[in-house]
Amino acid sequence: MTPERAGLVLEQARWAARAFETYDAASVSRIVEATAEAADLAATKYAEWAVRETGMGVVADKVAKNKACSSGLVDEYRNRDFVSPRLDPDRRVIELPRPAGVVLGVVPTTNPVASIYFKVLLCLMTRNAIVIAPHPRAKDCSVDAARLLAAAAEAAGAPRGVIQVLEEPSIPIMEALMSDPRTDVILATGGSAVVRAAYSSGNPALSVGPGNVPTFIDASADLPAAVREILASKAFDNSVLCTNESVLVVERSVGPAVRRELQRAGAAILDGEDGVRLRRAMFDGGNLNPEVIGRDATWIAQLAGVSVPRSTRVLVVPFAHVVDEELMTHEKLSPVLGLVEVDSVAAAFEACRAVVSIGGAGHSASIHTEDPRMVMDFAARVPVLRLTVNVGNSAGSSGLTTGLAPSMTLGTGFMGGSSLGANLQPSHLVNWTACAYATASVNDLEAYRGLNPWRLTTGGPVPPWPVASNLHEPELIQSGAHAGVSAALIEQIRRLVVEELEGLVGGAGSG
Amino acid sequence: MFDGNTFQSPAKSEVISDSETYWNPGKTRFWTAAGIDLVIDRREGYYLWDMGGKRLIDLHLNGGTYNLGHRNPEVMAAVIDAMGRFDMGNHHFPSMTRAALSRALIETAPNGLTRVAFGSGGGEAVDIALKSARHATQKRKIVSVVKAYHGHTGLALATGDDRFGKFFLSDRTDEFVQVPFNDLTAMETALAGGDVAAVILETIPATYGFPLPQPGYIEGVKRLCERVDALYIADEVQTGLMRTGALWAIEKHDVRPDILVTGKGLSGGMYPIAAALLSDRAGAWLDEDGFAHMSTFGGAELGCIAALKTLEITTRPEVGLMVHYVSDFFATGLAEIHADCPDWFVGIRQNGLIFGLEFNHPEGAKYVMRSLYEHGVWAIFSTLDPAVLQFKPGILLSPELCDEILGRVGIAVRACRDEAARPGRRVS
Repeated sequence: MTPERAGLVLEQARWAARAFETYDAASVSRIVEATAEAADLAATKYAEWAVRETGMGVVADKVAKNKACSSGLVDEYRNRDFVSPRLDPDRRVIELPRPAGVVLGVVPTTNPVASIYFKVLLCLMTRNAIVIAPHPRAKDCSVDAARLLAAAAEAAGAPRGVIQVLEEPSIPIMEALMSDPRTDVILATGGSAVVRAAYSSGNPALSVGPGNVPTFIDASADLPAAVREILASKAFDNSVLCTNESVLVVERSVGPAVRRELQRAGAAILDGEDGVRLRRAMFDGGNLNPEVIGRDATWIAQLAGVSVPRSTRVLVVPFAHVVDEELMTHEKLSPVLGLVEVDSVAAAFEACRAVVSIGGAGHSASIHTEDPRMVMDFAARVPVLRLTVNVGNSAGSSGLTTGLAPSMTLGTGFMGGSSLGANLQPSHLVNWTACAYATASVNDLEAYRGLNPWRLTTGGPVPPWPVASNLHEPELIQSGAHAGVSAALIEQIRRLVVEELEGLVGGAGSG
Repeated sequence: MFDGNTFQSPAKSEVISDSETYWNPGKTRFWTAAGIDLVIDRREGYYLWDMGGKRLIDLHLNGGTYNLGHRNPEVMAAVIDAMGRFDMGNHHFPSMTRAALSRALIETAPNGLTRVAFGSGGGEAVDIALKSARHATQKRKIVSVVKAYHGHTGLALATGDDRFGKFFLSDRTDEFVQVPFNDLTAMETALAGGDVAAVILETIPATYGFPLPQPGYIEGVKRLCERVDALYIADEVQTGLMRTGALWAIEKHDVRPDILVTGKGLSGGMYPIAAALLSDRAGAWLDEDGFAHMSTFGGAELGCIAALKTLEITTRPEVGLMVHYVSDFFATGLAEIHADCPDWFVGIRQNGLIFGLEFNHPEGAKYVMRSLYEHGVWAIFSTLDPAVLQFKPGILLSPELCDEILGRVGIAVRACRDEAARPGRRVS
C-alpha cells in the first residue's frame, strides 16, 4: 500500500463521516448495539487469535477485556446521548454535538482487539468515522476484527466506509496518515515514539504515553488482601495492560510479612543471582526484550535460566534503590514485579515518584491503605492522574473494576506530554456548538424541547447505486428525451429495468 | 509563466498571439470572443491555473481524461519510474507492459471481450472497432445516432455528426447511416436490409449533451443487432472508467457488447493511449493477419504503464464507493439549484458522475460556461447541443471541494440567468 492509496482510505472516510454526522440518536444507538453484539459474540475467537498471533497475554483475560470493551462499554454508556442537542435553561444555552470527523486509531500490539473494539465503539457512539492502523505484529487479528465490526455496523445502517482498516500497516504509511490534513484527530496508544509522532504531526491528537505503575502497601493495609489484589492484577493478561503494577514499595517493617504473603499467593521471589539472570534475559542493552511481553511467569523464568515452581504466577525481583540504572524500575509489561523496601512513608512516596518519573509520568499508581490522609498525600505528591485504592491497578485504572471510565486509552495529561488527562471516553470525540442567549433574557428554552437538527440524508449504508436519472425520476428529465412516449409506458419500462438492474446489482458489492 | 530548465514560456499575451499566428486562429479567436482568456499553466488535482494566476476547478476534465485529477501523483510516479527503462516501444513485438495492460483490461471487461487492439487516441480506436466489425461481418454499413460523435479520424469522422465530416468532404452517407437517438423503430428500419456491419453508440452521447438512453433502448438496439447479425460497439471513451459508478457504463445495461472502445481517461491524462476491446468474433482478424492494422504509437509502452496504474486506482473498492457518495451529493445539490430557478435551469440528466445540465435557451450553456469561468469553475457546453452544459466532476473529489463546487455553480447559474433572458443576446 502506498501513502497515496492510504490517503484514498481517508478520503472515503471523510465521505462516510459526512453522512454519519447527520444520523439521529435512534439510528446511532441501533448501530452501536448491533456492532457491540457482533463484537461480544466474537470475543473468544479474537482472544484466542490475538494470543496465537502475538504470543502475548492470556486467552481468558482477553475474553474478559473484549467483552468489557464491547457489551460492557455499551452498558456503561447506554443512557448517555452524544447525538441529540442538550438544553441548559439556567445558562440559556443550547448545545449541539459535532463529531470530530475522521479518527485515525493507532492500535498497539499488546491489546489489539480490545483496543479496536474500544475505539470503534467510541467512534460509533459519537458519529465519527475511524481508520484503524493496526500494529504489524497483530495485523491479522486486527484486520479481521475491524472488518467484522464494519460489516456489523453497515448491516445496521452505518454508512459504508465508516470503519476501515489499513491492511498493510507500516511506519511510513502511518506517518503519512498522521500528518494528512484529511485526518481530524489521532487516537494513538502505544510507545512514546508513536505518541510524539502523533503530536508532531500537525493534526489534533489524543495521544497517551506509557505507564510505569508504582504500588504502595501502607502498614495500615489489609496485607493479605493487598497482595492478593496486586498478584491478580499482575497475572491479568500477563500484565500487558499499561496499568499493570511495575514496582511494589513497602516499609521495611512490613517487608518480611509482604514476602511471606507474596510467596503464599503464588509469587516467586528472585533474590541475588536469579534476579541478575532475569534482568539479563529481560533487558537487552537497557531495552525491554519484546519477547517477554505478555508471557507467562514460568516461560520467562525458563528463558532466564531460573528455576521456579510450576504454579508460579508472578516473578518478584527485590532491589535496593529506585534509580534509572536499576532495570527493574522500568516498565515490564510482563508478570514481573520489582520490590523495594524503604525506611519511612516519606521515602515510599519518594520511591513512587521516582518510578513514575523514570517512565510513567501522568499515568497511574496504586495504594493499599486504610488511611484517607495517606491517600490524599500520595495523590498530591506523585505525578499521576489516577490513583487506585485497595484494588488491583490493571483493571482498576482501566475503569473495569472502579468508577473510572472504562478505557483502553488512559490520558497522561500535561505531566505525561498529552493533551488528554482522563480515561478516553466518547465525550472526548465530540465538540459542542453552543447557542447562547443573554443570561439576562427570559427564555426558558421550552421551544427547543424536542427539536432535532439531525436527519438522515443518505438512503442507508451508502447512497444507492447511481442509476440514470430517467430511471428513478422520469418527470425531472425533459427536453425531448421522452417526447411522444406516454407516462404509463415509461413507468412500465422503468419498473422492468429497475427489476433487471436489481438482479444485476445484487451481487455486485460496491460496484 | 513557466521557467523550466529546457523551456521558458513567454508572457501570456505573446502565447495568445503566437497561437493565433502559428497554431489555430479560429479557436484562439473564439475563446477570446467568448470572454474565456484562458492559457492553462499549472495544474494539480482538480485545479487549473491560468497564466494570469486565476485558479479554476476543472469540471471539463477533457471528457474524463482527468478523471483522477491532473498529474495524479500515483500515475506520475509510475510513468517516471518506467521512463528509467522504457520508451514507446516497438509496436510489432510482444511487450511486457502491453501484455500486462491487455490482460488487465480483459480481466475487468464485460464478459465476452477477449482481445485488445491499441490506438493512440479514441478516434483511432473507433476506426479499429469499425474495421474489425466490417471484417468480421464482411459488411460495410455502419449505423450511429444523429448528433453522434466518435472522433475525427477517417471512419470515426464519417460515422459522427456531419458538422465535422461534411466540412472536410469526408462524409459518406452511403455507408454511414444515422438514426435519431432513443428511436427503436428508426433503428429497426436502418437495420432491416441486413447489410449493417455494426451499430456504434456512446452509452450516453457526450457531445450531444448526455441525453440519457430511455430505459430499454440500449437493450433493444442490441437485440436488433443480434437479429440481423450486426455487431454492437459500445463507445465508452467518455462514459467509462467508473464515471457512472460502474467501470463501464454499459455494465449497467443487460448487454454484452461485441466491441468496447476506451480512450481519454484510460491513462490518467499522462500519456496518450486508447483501446478497442474485441470479442472472439470481432477480434478474429488478429489470428488471421496480425499485421492488418498497425500503429506506431498505438499501445505505446509508457501509455501502457500509465493505463495500468489508472485502471488499478479506478477499480479500488474505495473509489467505487466515493463515486456513490459524490454522485449522491451532486444529485441532491443540483436538484436544489434546479428547484430554485426551474424556468432557467430546466433539467438535469445524470448517471453517476455524468451530468448534462439543461438550460432554457438554445445556447444557454455558453452563458453558464462563461459565468462559471468568472466564478472559478471550468465546464464546457455540449458542442452539438449548446443548451446543455457538460458537468463532469472528478471521481476522487473530496467533500470539501464538492461543497465549494456546488456553491460556485449555484452562484454562477443564477448570475447568468438574466443576461441570457435579454432579447437578441448571443454569446460568441
